[in-house]
Amino acid sequence: MSAELFFFYVFAALAAGSALAMVSNLRNTVAAALSLVVTMVSLAGIYVLLRAHLVAAVQIMVYAGAVLVLFVFVVMLLNLREDVFPPARLRPFKLAGAALGAVGLAGFLAALAGHVPDMAAVPESFGGYREVGRALFTDYVLAFELVSLLLLAAIVGAVVLAKRRLEP
Amino acid sequence: MITVEHVLALSGLLFAIGALGALTRRNLIVILMCIELMLNAVNLAFVGFARAWGDLGGQVVVLMVIAVAAGSVAVGLGIVIALFRNRDSVNIEDVSLLKW
Repeated sequence: MSAELFFFYVFAALAAGSALAMVSNLRNTVAAALSLVVTMVSLAGIYVLLRAHLVAAVQIMVYAGAVLVLFVFVVMLLNLREDVFPPARLRPFKLAGAALGAVGLAGFLAALAGHVPDMAAVPESFGGYREVGRALFTDYVLAFELVSLLLLAAIVGAVVLAKRRLEP
Repeated sequence: MITVEHVLALSGLLFAIGALGALTRRNLIVILMCIELMLNAVNLAFVGFARAWGDLGGQVVVLMVIAVAAGSVAVGLGIVIALFRNRDSVNIEDVSLLKW
């Protein structure tokens, strides 16, 4: 087993384990948010293994840095350290739906088998800030500008929502 | 050597965990976190296929998804705060006005 694959398994186990810890944590919302941080950082490690260095850096800065701080901030602000709501109960109807979903997934995987591509040979600079930046500002410049518009709308929306007292 | 199958398996597993949480949990903030987890699972598949085909388009899409997710979290948490002011609760069962 190569070192690359070994680290992939380490990060994958960390990501999946902490994701499960987040979903199954019924007592402490702050701890659930911190589990999500571990998932995000592990995914950033996997991005590095897949030669996406810029995406890994952005993942840590935006997700582990900004988004999760926002989550913890809101949990603290609303004083929700105790998560008192019981999760939904499983009923036979829902179990049947889950079984149907599993059958659909199995069919999808069977159709996919044999059609997945192999890893291509990529240059050393693949996924660095220079190459991604060039792609972002030439081929995908329209999408980039539209995202800036979306972020402006999100800022205005968040300020309006958090500031105004909604009529009941 | 990491193969696309490895990446897709992890991506599917994370997406399933996130979907499970989003469907069964009752705390609005935890549901938002589960949605973020599902977005991350999709990002992982994008990065894996970008590496497999040697095409940077997949990584550019991931950057866009991260920006959209940051916007959705800001607006979603704004809605949670506004709801908490009105109803003193973040339980999803108390916010069923649009449910039929």
